[in-house]
Amino acid sequence: MLTIKNLRVAVEGKEILKGINLEIKAGEVHAIMGPNGSGKSTLGNVLAGKEEYEILEGEVLYEGQDLLDLSAEDRSRMGLFLGFQYPVEIPGVPMVNFIKTSVNEHRKFKGLEPLTAGEFLKLMREKKELVHLDSQLTNRSVNEGFSGGEKKKNEIFQMAMLEPKLAILDETDSGLDIDALRVVSEGVNALKNPERSAIVITHYQRLLEYIVPDFVHVLYQGRIVKSAGKELALELEEKGYDWLKK
Amino acid sequence: MTMTANKIALSERYTALFHANRARLDEGSSNLINRMRDIAIKRFEKVGIPGFKNEDYKYTNLERVFDQDYRHILEYEKVDIDLNEAFRCDVPQLDTHVVLLVNGWYYAKNQPLQNLPKGVVVGSLQEVANEQPELVQDYLNRQAGLSEDPIVALNTALAKDGFFLYVPDHVVLEKPIQVINLMRAEDAVFATQRNLIVVGKNSQAKVIFCDHTLSARDFLTNNVTEVFVGEDAVADVYTVQNQDNQANSINSSFFKQGANSNLLTSVATLHGGLIRNNLKVEFAGEHAEANVYGMSFTDKKQHVDNFTNIEHAYPNCLSNQVYKNVLDEDSVGAFTGRIHVVRDAQKTNAFQRNNNVLLTDSAKMNTKPQLIIDADDVKCSHGATVGQIDEEALFYLRARGIGESDARMMLMNAFAHEVVQNIRVEPLRDRIDELVEKRLRGELARCHSCDMS
Ligand SMILES: Nc1ncnc2c1ncn2[C@@H]1O[C@H](COP(=O)(O)OP(=O)(O)O)[C@@H](O)[C@H]1O
Ligand SMILES: [Mg+2]
Repeated sequence: MLTIKNLRVAVEGKEILKGINLEIKAGEVHAIMGPNGSGKSTLGNVLAGKEEYEILEGEVLYEGQDLLDLSAEDRSRMGLFLGFQYPVEIPGVPMVNFIKTSVNEHRKFKGLEPLTAGEFLKLMREKKELVHLDSQLTNRSVNEGFSGGEKKKNEIFQMAMLEPKLAILDETDSGLDIDALRVVSEGVNALKNPERSAIVITHYQRLLEYIVPDFVHVLYQGRIVKSAGKELALELEEKGYDWLKK
Repeated sequence: MTMTANKIALSERYTALFHANRARLDEGSSNLINRMRDIAIKRFEKVGIPGFKNEDYKYTNLERVFDQDYRHILEYEKVDIDLNEAFRCDVPQLDTHVVLLVNGWYYAKNQPLQNLPKGVVVGSLQEVANEQPELVQDYLNRQAGLSEDPIVALNTALAKDGFFLYVPDHVVLEKPIQVINLMRAEDAVFATQRNLIVVGKNSQAKVIFCDHTLSARDFLTNNVTEVFVGEDAVADVYTVQNQDNQANSINSSFFKQGANSNLLTSVATLHGGLIRNNLKVEFAGEHAEANVYGMSFTDKKQHVDNFTNIEHAYPNCLSNQVYKNVLDEDSVGAFTGRIHVVRDAQKTNAFQRNNNVLLTDSAKMNTKPQLIIDADDVKCSHGATVGQIDEEALFYLRARGIGESDARMMLMNAFAHEVVQNIRVEPLRDRIDELVEKRLRGELARCHSCDMS
């Protein structure tokens, strides 16, 4: 599904990602862990198509296509989803308009008719229940005045609406209490199937008790310094990262 | 010729025009109008056409637009087509009383307005001043006459006609009055328009001005509007500016508000060349509230300057101003917001905000708050921002599959929406939302709300 080969990325002249290699197959869940400032969000943003980054070297193939050649919107329409670490507030853009436009753009890309108002509302109700998103929140502007936890739930809600093939969740767990964490994980697990994959970026192994990864990678100073099975997360929990920082 | 010499020559052209046409100006007009002319022209002469050295006009040099050979329309000119036929507002939900003006004059073939509440008078200022001077005499020039602005004085010197509305005390005028200001000529025309609106005590009225051009010529409009909002009255005054970019205009509005009155005024500037909007609100009693909004969407070489002045002359009043501008290409904008709280105007609330988005490096915005506060127990705030479109928000939308240009549009609409949402006439609000969107998409060449071509 996704192949990253020797990806080197700079921002404002500073190299952040220093040669990332990663292979994600359909149905797999990969966790990326690592201390703050390692480049985890940078990786997620580059994959989602944020433009302020300079690609120094490397290649990313998504379903056989050159991902780095596509616009952010096309990546989304082709099934890539980034759950933001810090979802931005957009006053004046109503949630409902935003979600509806987004869903219908995805449908248009697939050659489908837009949803009718009734179908859309039904779908929205269903997905809101799935993530226990407060019904009132969709009457507001995008993320406006949402609490930290509500913003994260809103990301999962959008993911549920769009049903991506590859979800990249950037610290969706941070700032969530245990109940919210469970809800978010259920949202992610509900989407799980042999055709879908996920990259879960997290600080803590706690989330990985709910979303069980097939692989755990440690990103440190722009490089993947260790990759192993899910047991690595526990090891990191016990020993911290220092033993990996040679 | 030096700049100063040129300025004098330019101003003299206008005073000369006045003196050469002194008798024609008086002809047909009521003495109520004519008696103001000589004082006004003297006031104009003192300052002349303001150049860039004039502090109040430092962001807008009017010399360029005044320095033209315009034809002044000193008596009503017959219109060779039926404007009622030609004009049809395509917003059927916008249920209004429609009144047409042409080149600053009240159109002679306006359809009589049906079902106006008793005592409400809508018509030509010239005609009402002649026939019912008692409705005019206590109001005309009572605010504008105090202004130091030479352009306002020039209007007073040259004005013969305009829109008039009188709503007696205790009357609710449900339907808005929609005043369509049309410019139509085959040559360069200077229009002087003088409007007077009186909303009596405990009354309510809504007026929508729509500024249009029916031909693309060099036009200059000098428009002055005085609005008297009585005690406990509620008044809405909306303006949609959508003229051809060859048309320039200076619009000066004066609002005087009685105790407990409520004013909402909002201007949306879509198209037009050089536009200067002067707005003054003066509170003449306690517990009055003024909400003042403006938005503009400019491109090419458009120039839009909003200059506001809120005079908190009484305690316990509230003023709230929000102005937003989206500037594209080489357009230039300006906002000056003056708030004056006099010494005894305690418990004043005065808020002001001006937010601007520049879409190009060559667009330019000047913004200047001016707070003069002479009372101690007041709440005042002001804020101004000049920025680009929020790239983080843009990425967020695109990352959900929304195409770049649609995403930009969503953000600009959102930016404007804060102003649009305050419009209290729902169909007008929807209409302006739609016009703004069309304007931002570049689809609005001229106003689509009339079928006139
Ligand atoms: N837009 C940016 N401009 C400048 N520096 C950036 C930018 N984005 C990230 N960085 C830097 O790149 C490094 C990695 O950041 P980030 O990817 O956010 O790490 P993580 O998500 O692992 O905490 C940090 O040193 C950060 O300061
Ligand atoms: Mg991060």
